[in-house]
Amino acid sequence: MSKPKVATCSLAGCFGCHMSLLDIDERILELVDLIEFHKTPLTDIKRFTARCAVGLVEGGCANEENVEVLRTFRRHCDVLISLGDCATMGGIPALRNFVPLEDCLREAYLAGPSVYNPGGDVPNDIELPLLLDKVRPCHEVVKIDYFLPGCPPSADTIWAALKALLSGEPVELPYQLIKYD
Amino acid sequence: MCEALGRAVREVCGALDNDPTRMVDIVRGVQQKMGCVNEEAIDAIAHWTGAQRVEVASVVDFYSFFSREKQGKVVIRLCDDIIDRFSGFAAVREAFESELGITLGQTTPDGLITLDRTPCIGMCDQAPAALINDVPVTHLSTDKARRIVRELRTHGDPKKLVKRVGDGNNAHPLIHSMVENNVRLEGPVIFTPERRGEAITKALAMTPAEVIRAIKTSRLRGRGGAGFPVGMKWEFARAARGERKLIFCNADEGEPGTFKDRVILTERADRVFAGMTIAAYAVGAREGIMYLRGEYAYLLAFLEAVLERRRKDGLLGHNIMGRHGFDFDVRIQLGAGSYVCGEETSLLSSCEGRPGEPKTRPPFPVQKGYLGCPSVVNNVETLACVTKILEEGAASFAAYGTQASSGTKLLSISGDCMRPGIYEVPMGIALREVLDLCGADEPSAVQIGGPSGRMVVAPDDFDRTICFDDLATGGAVMVFGPERDLLDVVAAFMDFFVEESCGYCTPCRVGNVLLRERLEVIRQGRGEPSDLKYLEELGAMIKATSRCGLGQMSPNPITTTLKSFRSIYEARVSPGAHGFRRSFDLEEAVAQAERIAGHESVHRQEVTHE
Repeated sequence: MSKPKVATCSLAGCFGCHMSLLDIDERILELVDLIEFHKTPLTDIKRFTARCAVGLVEGGCANEENVEVLRTFRRHCDVLISLGDCATMGGIPALRNFVPLEDCLREAYLAGPSVYNPGGDVPNDIELPLLLDKVRPCHEVVKIDYFLPGCPPSADTIWAALKALLSGEPVELPYQLIKYD
Repeated sequence: MCEALGRAVREVCGALDNDPTRMVDIVRGVQQKMGCVNEEAIDAIAHWTGAQRVEVASVVDFYSFFSREKQGKVVIRLCDDIIDRFSGFAAVREAFESELGITLGQTTPDGLITLDRTPCIGMCDQAPAALINDVPVTHLSTDKARRIVRELRTHGDPKKLVKRVGDGNNAHPLIHSMVENNVRLEGPVIFTPERRGEAITKALAMTPAEVIRAIKTSRLRGRGGAGFPVGMKWEFARAARGERKLIFCNADEGEPGTFKDRVILTERADRVFAGMTIAAYAVGAREGIMYLRGEYAYLLAFLEAVLERRRKDGLLGHNIMGRHGFDFDVRIQLGAGSYVCGEETSLLSSCEGRPGEPKTRPPFPVQKGYLGCPSVVNNVETLACVTKILEEGAASFAAYGTQASSGTKLLSISGDCMRPGIYEVPMGIALREVLDLCGADEPSAVQIGGPSGRMVVAPDDFDRTICFDDLATGGAVMVFGPERDLLDVVAAFMDFFVEESCGYCTPCRVGNVLLRERLEVIRQGRGEPSDLKYLEELGAMIKATSRCGLGQMSPNPITTTLKSFRSIYEARVSPGAHGFRRSFDLEEAVAQAERIAGHESVHRQEVTHE
């Protein structure tokens, strides 16, 4: 039997959750014995060519491309996991939800104290994905099966959850792994 | 600081001995004189009372009748509950808005009139209604709304809007209100004719312990809704350590759809004050406070006059009825538009001059209540029952109703029925019989006990009975006919709880907003079956983790209808294709960005059709 496939992506995230995944250190050898990485920045595979058992999604949805990627993941993965606080709750990017979109763009490209933009252009190429009115956590866009909170979730948390999932056992995260103070 | 403001604050504070425990009254006084309690006023109040600035500010901000921004000389508060909404609230609101040239929440440029809304003002049997300053106006129509505005513009005096007075004591010069009592069925307990002094005389013939035993024998339970045995409460307070003990009458009738206390206070105030006096004798209290909801301020002068007459008659004050050493007096504390103050520990906080936030229990109020003193808090109707029990004996009271629920119950009936109003019925009466009495021809659902109660379904539940063991209620009965969308009702109730949460417990403050959001998704037809589970789980969590009754009851509109009317939810949800959320609409989400960019998305097509 071939190994179950795992896909990952980072939407409106900082790749910190992916770094945390790599933090499992030498256990990554054990992991690749258990699974095969499919579409993920780690393999640089761009398109789904096979069904995946697990999809790990970092980051929430800030633009239409994020939505497209997330929906593609939903279609091709049996189990979808929101990895980290941005995917689960919107996180830092969602702070812009309290500010109108026009003001966000003005601050970012024209009025911000560190902006150098003598042309006064706001990026507006037709190919650029458009921003959503609000940054959304993943479960507001597609059905999400599991949530791993944390900023980022620790390597041990990710490892424990993946291992349990792949061995068909219930996910039991000890208190130490999901406390944050 | 402006001189007038300084003087106003000094006068108001001085009249109340600069006492910080009277903060609610002080802030009210300043609000009335100045039309707002601004930063300067807050500083001045803090100065005179010796309170911290933040303590004053928290009172100003907590109560909806107070504001930091200048309000009009006349404030119109439209009653916005589900009964009013079903009786034409929207049309009346539009009439006010167009006649005034402002929208809800604004003040006319000349500073004369502010238009606002408020949750239930206790006039559901004569909806749509509004409060104009302290004056209730009822049976509003679009014509009446326009006429009211025109009149106010000429004389600016809400009291002059009362052309025809209501029945009974509503015509009393000290009340002079258009409110109607609508008493449809007078029972043997609350509406017995006056027998002045008899109950107190009989109480004084017994020892306090015997009075408590009589109340226990009557099996009287609290009428506010929770149904705690009254005799037991008094006994705890009597046994509690402390020189200073107090009796509170909870007249903060805020549960939407409830208006029975208004009628008791209008017609049988003496029976309530007699009940407080008897409680004082039994418990050993010398002070009483009636907490009257701000919406009923129009009754204040009348009630004060009743108290004054009772003092003259020797029924209050020193050596009551000639009994040496039995001193007891009552003051009336006015609320200021906060529902949660009907919860007994919040009520005590409010009387202490603080925001009406619930206290942690234990200790219970009977042990440590108002300012740490043992305090008995009883409902208006409960205290009226006490008087009857002393007059006629515990056995005759207990003969009404059932074993576990003795006596009668006042019901405030409103909604889709021929005869809305007040009904005094024996405890244990079948709902079907109640509906027949009020002329509810085609009820499809009945809300028992207001938003925090439960919704029951026709006709399966109509043989259930009104009592503590089955359909327990503080008295609100709202009838909904077949043309009503019950999710409108649920949504209105959730609006209410979101507005009235004091904000102390996060599950209540945030959870109810989340419940309301998800309910809205379902109402728009964009919900999924999993949303129902989400509502149930979140509702259970809010109930389990909120510390006062408001939070513990707030998910009820949703959780009880999910049980009894699940089909109305199920009819509007369906699973999203491919596991995509139906509530997320990409087109809508990028519309703003498209407008800013000046072009349509070139990606959307592939996204939706991939």
